[in-house]
Amino acid sequence: MSSELISTDVLVIGGGLAGERCAIEAAAAGHDVLILSLVPPRRSHSCAAQGGMQAALGNCVKAQGDNTTLHFLDTVRGSDWGADQEVARIFAEEAPVAVRELAHFGVPWTRVRGGKNSYVIKGERVDIEEHLENDGLIMHRDFGGTAKWRACYAAAATGHAALYAVDSEVVRLGILVRDRTEAVELIHDGNRCWGVVARCLRTGSHFPVLAKATVIATGGYGRIYGQYTTNATINEGMGASIALNTGIVPLGNMEAVQFHPTALVPSNILITEGSRGDGGYLLDKNLHRFMVDAEPEKQELASRDVVSRHMKQCMRDGNGVETPYGPHLWLDLRHLGEHHLTTKLREVFDICRDFVGLNPAHELIPVQPTQHYSMGGVRVNKDGQAYGMAGLFVAGEASCWDMHGFNRLGGNSLAETVVAGRIVGQRVGEFAAAASLDVQTSLAFEVRRSAEQRAEAWLARSGSGPTIYDIRNAMGETMMNKVGIFRTGDELAQAVDDISALLADCDKAVLRSKAPGMNPELTFALRLKGMLRLAFVTAKGALLRTESRGAHYRSDYPLRDDAEWLNRTLVRWAADGPEPEFTYEPVGEIDLPPGHRGYGSDERIEMRQSIEQYNSDAYKQQADHGRLATKEAPGSRMRWGDWRAQE
Amino acid sequence: MTGNGSGASRRLRFEIFRYNPENSESVPHMQTFELDEAPYMSLFIALNQIRETQDPSLQFDFACRSAICGSCGMMANGRPALGCRTLTSDLPDVIRLHPLPVFKLIGDLSVDTGTWFRQMVEKSEAWIHSEQAFDPEAQEERMDDELAQAIYEGDRCIECGCCVASCGAANLNADFAGPAGLNRMARFMMDPRDSRGDADWFEVVSNSDGVFGCIGLMACHDICPKELPLLEVYAYLRRKALATKLKIL
Repeated sequence: MSSELISTDVLVIGGGLAGERCAIEAAAAGHDVLILSLVPPRRSHSCAAQGGMQAALGNCVKAQGDNTTLHFLDTVRGSDWGADQEVARIFAEEAPVAVRELAHFGVPWTRVRGGKNSYVIKGERVDIEEHLENDGLIMHRDFGGTAKWRACYAAAATGHAALYAVDSEVVRLGILVRDRTEAVELIHDGNRCWGVVARCLRTGSHFPVLAKATVIATGGYGRIYGQYTTNATINEGMGASIALNTGIVPLGNMEAVQFHPTALVPSNILITEGSRGDGGYLLDKNLHRFMVDAEPEKQELASRDVVSRHMKQCMRDGNGVETPYGPHLWLDLRHLGEHHLTTKLREVFDICRDFVGLNPAHELIPVQPTQHYSMGGVRVNKDGQAYGMAGLFVAGEASCWDMHGFNRLGGNSLAETVVAGRIVGQRVGEFAAAASLDVQTSLAFEVRRSAEQRAEAWLARSGSGPTIYDIRNAMGETMMNKVGIFRTGDELAQAVDDISALLADCDKAVLRSKAPGMNPELTFALRLKGMLRLAFVTAKGALLRTESRGAHYRSDYPLRDDAEWLNRTLVRWAADGPEPEFTYEPVGEIDLPPGHRGYGSDERIEMRQSIEQYNSDAYKQQADHGRLATKEAPGSRMRWGDWRAQE
Repeated sequence: MTGNGSGASRRLRFEIFRYNPENSESVPHMQTFELDEAPYMSLFIALNQIRETQDPSLQFDFACRSAICGSCGMMANGRPALGCRTLTSDLPDVIRLHPLPVFKLIGDLSVDTGTWFRQMVEKSEAWIHSEQAFDPEAQEERMDDELAQAIYEGDRCIECGCCVASCGAANLNADFAGPAGLNRMARFMMDPRDSRGDADWFEVVSNSDGVFGCIGLMACHDICPKELPLLEVYAYLRRKALATKLKIL
């Protein structure tokens, strides 16, 4: 048996934007940093983000007067008041710096062209004279749910450009990356994390990595929806899964799952919101712009949860285009013109050509809402420190930081990766500087042994059980059909039962390949139980939350209920624990009082408490739920009442 | 929707290269599988079907399955291509799949492009060289949008390795920067945020491991899944090299 043991100051799990930006910050502070990644970092799912990164630079005419308070307001309203308002505030203030830093790293942001520019705005072609004094500054495009044009972009490859620029910095700093490596279990002693046991996806061998500080930046868990997701095949939520397995670290708001309005039919590949931001229409089977009736003010650019529901309802009303793959709607970009489509939306043009063989300058694009983003994740404090576990940090989509609440605005997640990467990376650096690697190596080898035993148990099982792929497919069908855009108590209860049964099946499933090495079947089998556990807590959390908030819509409880549910779901579930334990904490202190979002329904159940009562013990309650102390006092970054000047 | 979705259903025959270096009993060989073609079937869909229903040990790489992450370069009937965006409807009834050459084999169709591209980035120092530290208080430096578009054009490379696999020079000379490497250099050369001057670049670009190592077959230009204008890139690099040399002389 190998006694290979790696140690480092800072271990980052995940080579996407959040993980790499975090690693840069820690390395710049003088720490040895090791990144583990399932794939070469530039293939991480950050590269698939298309349309833009929100930052209130206010550079073009339609962005005039923008500021970080407006960005804060849009973000909190977008979240349907589920967000931690201090984190939303920190995010809005840091986003401009993070975007400009990416320019410094080399991102070729699209720039303002002074003089006459032609745009499509709410169905009209409009000529706007961009100020010559702003020529060459970073340009913005419109996105859903925002008061101003705010999304900074590099054509429709913003994530790609950002990831390459940030990874170039990682290489420049000499940060070690071990790709084709999967973190499979945290090494911890009950209240302090000391690294992970990882599995090499070249050889299949397990080895421990000890670290003073460990960062989970593994992205979302969209693949628990099977094929019904825009996410990459690698977004299986393994970071959230290994945190949940501790039984100590809670996951937050797992039922908050975003469905993106425009996934391409039938492959579910993302078509950016930038295509509607730039003036694209949604049409029903009669080529009618139904969103103008549904949301006269924001039209196609209401928030994603609202647009997705209108689309689903439109298809339920029989106005979808029927196909053997089920109904879909149309995205119409023809009026934007071929030049616009092959420059500012080039990646959309390519996707349409490559995957359905159509030219969006002349043809309609078949689209449907599909799972896209995980608002939920490992619950952390504003420093990115996981609840209940010193030395464990989480950043990006893997985390519930929580600036998105129950609905994330388009362009806010890409910005979150670099904003959180900067902030959490700094805290990680400070933590590591004050820590020593004071851990028994026997603990690391015990964890490795248990990880190896799980693999051995899979290979040893024989007979005729269900296949892991059948179980995965059944999970995806259950999640999309019963934990989808419209939810009901009956269906959610069925979903919980279905996933329970699949968990039992998973313990009986049999592998057909005993191939030595990484063994792709074994590799997926080792993830499957974790995915089912995430699916279970998502479905159960949705069943328990008897209200509608953001992307979590209960047809049987259609109102947002600020009297009972102005809170965040926390769930803990040890790997060997019988049932997950659900608790609820305040969303944080509230500055902007709950109200109408400006789109969607204006009906809701009002708070019974005053804001003052709610705020009086919000942070104390969070501490009781496991929130660790932060560097600066909770609430220190609030700007009480600043929003009033913007109303 | 037109084109690829229609057509009579075919029985496809896949001949796939198999070799697992981690298995001492494994020897390189071709293995045959059959599948019924479905509308919009890509090699991503087909290979996953084969793995899930016929041979679970089959190794290959996909991540985004939307032609942006660059994971799934492979040889499809002798031509490097992204598996995710290669539709079976564009291929004959017999589809032969091999791993990309040049890169180290991990198993079956899976190759180690990550190590190759990391060393390329290290060797060409493909990052912005700047003496100025980032100033978080300052407004961003201005850039003409035309120039931003030109840099973006070069930045679009997804490092899938198809060009490297198709390149005669890269197949013969392990030190050759390769089409993707040359494109990456040109992208930083034209970026005014990078402080390296012509003389610095001359050392890296103007030799037989750089642009003069290209033997002019231009398969790279034909097969690039992102349709990067590699012909123009090499012309740009040669022009810059010549101009620099004339200045030095």
